[in-house]
Amino acid sequence: MASQTLEIHRSSASMWGTRTGIRSLPTVAKYVDTTTCIGCKACEAACQEWNDLKRVPTSQDGSYQTMPKLQADFWNLIKFNETEIDGNFNWLMRKDQCMHCAEPGCLAACPAPGAIVQYANGIVDVNPDSCIGCGYCATGCPFDVPKFHAKTGKMAKCTLCVDRAEVGLEPACVKACPTGCLSYGTKDDMVALGILRVKQLKDSGFKDAILYDPQGVGGTSVVTVLKYNRPELYDLPADPHVSMGVKIWKQVVRPLGVIAGFLTMFAVFGHYTKYGPKEPPADEGRAA
Amino acid sequence: MTNGWVDIKNADVILAMGGNPAENHPVGFRWFMEARKTRGAKIVAVDPRFTRTAAVADMYAPIRPGTDIAFLLGIIRYAIETGRYHSDYVKIHTNAPFIVSDKFTFNDGLFSGFDDKTHQYVKDTWAYDGDPAKGGSYLLDQTLQHPRSVFQLLKQHVARYTPEIVERICGTPKAQFLKVCDIVTSTGNAQRVGTITYALGWTQHSTGVQMIRAGAMLQLLLGNVGRPGGGVNAFRGHSNIQGATDTAGNTEILPGYLKTPVGQMQTLADYYGSAVPTTLNKQAWASMNYWQNYPKFMVSLLKSLYGNASTKDNDWGYGWMPKIDGNYSWMYIYDDMYRGSSMRVGGKEPGPEGFITFGMNPVGLGPNSKKMIAALSKLKWMVVVENSEIETATFWKAPPEYGGASPAQIPTEVFMLPAANFAEKDGTFTNSARWLQWKWKALDPPGSAKSDQEIVSRIFLAVQALYKKEGGALPEQVLNVSWAYTNPVNPDLGEVLKEMNGKALADLKDPKDPTKVVKTAGQQIDGFGQLMDDGTTSCGNWLHSGVYTEAGNNAQRRNNADPTGLGMFHNWGFSWPANRRIMYNRASADANGNPWDPTRVGIKWNGEKWVGDVPDMKPDAPPGTFGAFIMLPEGVGRLFAAGLADGPFPEHYEAVEAPVPNLLHPKVTSNPVALKFASDKDSLGTADKFPIVCTTYRLTEHFHYWTKHQEAGVLNELAPGFFVEIPEALATDKGIANGSKVRVSSARGSIEGTAMVTKRLPSLNIDGKRIWQIGFPIHWGYAGAKGHTGPLANFLTASVGDPNTWTPEYKAFLVNLEKA
Repeated sequence: MASQTLEIHRSSASMWGTRTGIRSLPTVAKYVDTTTCIGCKACEAACQEWNDLKRVPTSQDGSYQTMPKLQADFWNLIKFNETEIDGNFNWLMRKDQCMHCAEPGCLAACPAPGAIVQYANGIVDVNPDSCIGCGYCATGCPFDVPKFHAKTGKMAKCTLCVDRAEVGLEPACVKACPTGCLSYGTKDDMVALGILRVKQLKDSGFKDAILYDPQGVGGTSVVTVLKYNRPELYDLPADPHVSMGVKIWKQVVRPLGVIAGFLTMFAVFGHYTKYGPKEPPADEGRAA
Repeated sequence: MTNGWVDIKNADVILAMGGNPAENHPVGFRWFMEARKTRGAKIVAVDPRFTRTAAVADMYAPIRPGTDIAFLLGIIRYAIETGRYHSDYVKIHTNAPFIVSDKFTFNDGLFSGFDDKTHQYVKDTWAYDGDPAKGGSYLLDQTLQHPRSVFQLLKQHVARYTPEIVERICGTPKAQFLKVCDIVTSTGNAQRVGTITYALGWTQHSTGVQMIRAGAMLQLLLGNVGRPGGGVNAFRGHSNIQGATDTAGNTEILPGYLKTPVGQMQTLADYYGSAVPTTLNKQAWASMNYWQNYPKFMVSLLKSLYGNASTKDNDWGYGWMPKIDGNYSWMYIYDDMYRGSSMRVGGKEPGPEGFITFGMNPVGLGPNSKKMIAALSKLKWMVVVENSEIETATFWKAPPEYGGASPAQIPTEVFMLPAANFAEKDGTFTNSARWLQWKWKALDPPGSAKSDQEIVSRIFLAVQALYKKEGGALPEQVLNVSWAYTNPVNPDLGEVLKEMNGKALADLKDPKDPTKVVKTAGQQIDGFGQLMDDGTTSCGNWLHSGVYTEAGNNAQRRNNADPTGLGMFHNWGFSWPANRRIMYNRASADANGNPWDPTRVGIKWNGEKWVGDVPDMKPDAPPGTFGAFIMLPEGVGRLFAAGLADGPFPEHYEAVEAPVPNLLHPKVTSNPVALKFASDKDSLGTADKFPIVCTTYRLTEHFHYWTKHQEAGVLNELAPGFFVEIPEALATDKGIANGSKVRVSSARGSIEGTAMVTKRLPSLNIDGKRIWQIGFPIHWGYAGAKGHTGPLANFLTASVGDPNTWTPEYKAFLVNLEKA
């Protein structure tokens, strides 16, 4: 559900959004500390309930993570990874969801005007009224997030609970998190929190702890504290970028297309003013 | 908990052992994380499995199920050998200086006084020298050097538990064990504090109470009991299980942990003789002996039970109280039911013929479900008060190999009374921190479901009416009960809480100034300090007194002001006893009443009185008057305790079903006084047939045996079916693939589940032998919503248990594993 009140910073297949510049909104972000996540899945349940998502049946196939990956009806998933690092066994848990990129690949890839929007506060959202369900956004996403919903024929993903955010509430997952591993606030505050936690981790021996806020997509509105600077251990891409194809489409082909469109219109208009309307040959008219 | 949930944030070290708090207490677990974020606290998880708690702990150490005592005594040895214990604290706040009778011995796994025939201890040698009861006074050696001092005896007792022995018994690699020792004993001083948290991973063993005692002894040695950030903290299994125990949820206690009278105590005087301690420490740090007030609590309880019928002339109605003739804890009851006779009266009496079960699913949660089902099949009638059709209510629907049968073959007539769930009724939850917090009904119960109090009241009033009409055995017991509620068939729980708090029945005078009336007749009392033993007060539970005073229902208080900054929140709800947030808090201060750590003040002496938390001490008694442990006749904490059934010191015993003999004393392998039963359904397995150690546990996604009854809802999808966690190398050995079907069998039966092959379960090297352990969660059963049923974990567990609490040994038993 798209927000009715937030101004739109950017909109898919459009040159610009609706942002007036009269009001200013800070970019919001969610903070995820994987070192205090206990994998309780309260965030998963809260997400399902708040967003009225349909129950997705699962089966026990030999893991605590019973949902293999995000679904059109399942937007928030804790990924459980058992791994040995430097001789120490680890059970890593990481909250998977839309990262709300500052430079969203989905928005760039989307051909339907206004189907994917980025609000003034940085939240990236699908507008089902405009979505044509083509799935291009999924190919544009370096995190494999948007999913096609077979029933609605639209794409679906985490909205960062934009309906809560627009009235000043934290997302449902943050509200439900029992350990304080999730926080919500301005991006600046969340980054500051992350830097503090990373420093604590470094002081307690995790020398390469990082705050995952990948700059390849302009930074994200979900910043994640990782104990090990090896994002792949957490099922995260090490250096996510919007794919070259989408970039060429967005930055070269589309503008070229727009220019070509304008040139065509210009040419048509010029031709018209110079030569006037095309007159049918006299004998053709008669033959009709 | 001696302390509270929020108080965990004050700890420097948190030892999570015998529990998996991240899994089972995720909301309270926030305070673990808070302690680490704000104080840099170190969290140590010791568990057979690498759990959700271990995943976020600073350190994890593996341990073989059931060997926690060896591990803890190993830490105690390390603390004593390295001097990393809080010696000033130990000298004034524990019985370390007390001299023990030279008749007390410990040889080859047995303490003195063991009776071979009854398999019980005669405990008279477990005593101090200098018995005040015989006019003497305790002998003390403040230097702790006397060879018979508790301290030296303890040192000698734990000397065997070297890191090498711990490794050979527990399977914990020596280096890891020493690292745990180092972190935990870093709190053995005035500057630092550590807490120990545990749950059913300690309780549910045949040595469960001694495991907890070993933890408590370690905390006493480290000087951590009574201090903010310290304590011995039991995490209870349900939101109100603490309230249930406080209110006589167990067979051996009355409300407020008063003792259930037994047969030979025919008068109150007999009863007091065994219940009220008189053997007092009269020396420096004399005992305040708070239990001397026992008669005030007891008479007030009798007044609340029997009202005006309770008078001085009839011993306040004590004669009407049921006197038990033996052990009526649940494993005994089901054993009686199954055998059809009561073992307590020589096997002559028939077993129970009827059974009412309230909010409890014995077939699911009891051990050895097959025996349980056979027991219920012998009843004439059974009433199940529940909100779902649980296994107990449908016991004949069990698989045939577990005793399921056509109703025609079973004489039991079953009545199901639909009950409201917790959100469908008002009332209090008493949490693990002893906080009574009121909750308001969120919605009406569906259909004809009724609240527990209405069901109890209607049954009681119907029985009473029958007695009035037709008479019956022991009519006074039923007819004299006071039932003075505004709406007798559905009492308002606020009214019940008022009754529990207690009130004045006559004007109460100020003991210091008899001309002053502190309470007029009919007023709610302020706390148990005002209770009387002359019939002028009534009180349903002295321990909860203070919860509903003239100021109103204090369980409803929601003021989150916290002037201490330590998370005490004295105006939030009500914490028993007396709104005290940290028990034994006198021990948070030194001999002069100064806090060990001025930044974490439990209480301190300001020259006139104790300030800080509600003092666990007479508020105006200067330091040195009384010992810190006011409920104990010694007045100090017990490193040596004569009260338990299985020894004054903990000792490593193997589980009743164990994969190896006891390394320390092979002739006494398991607890010599463990609770066992001898029916034909009580078979025990041996390691040759069942070589694998198994343990059971819960999942955060499920609530006990309830979640599987939810047709819709997301929780069942988050943990959708029964599984067996199997170490990777064992799975390879047996050719078991992750996600495939496996069969687990014990001497009681076998069940099938999905294999979860994982590195989180280590293989253990036990004295040179590779021992495997597996585990599974308990949440499934044959009753439930379509698609969410599964096998009952307790088909495999045994009816054996701890000799003090009679709690079953669910956490360590033997099984075999094969591909299904």
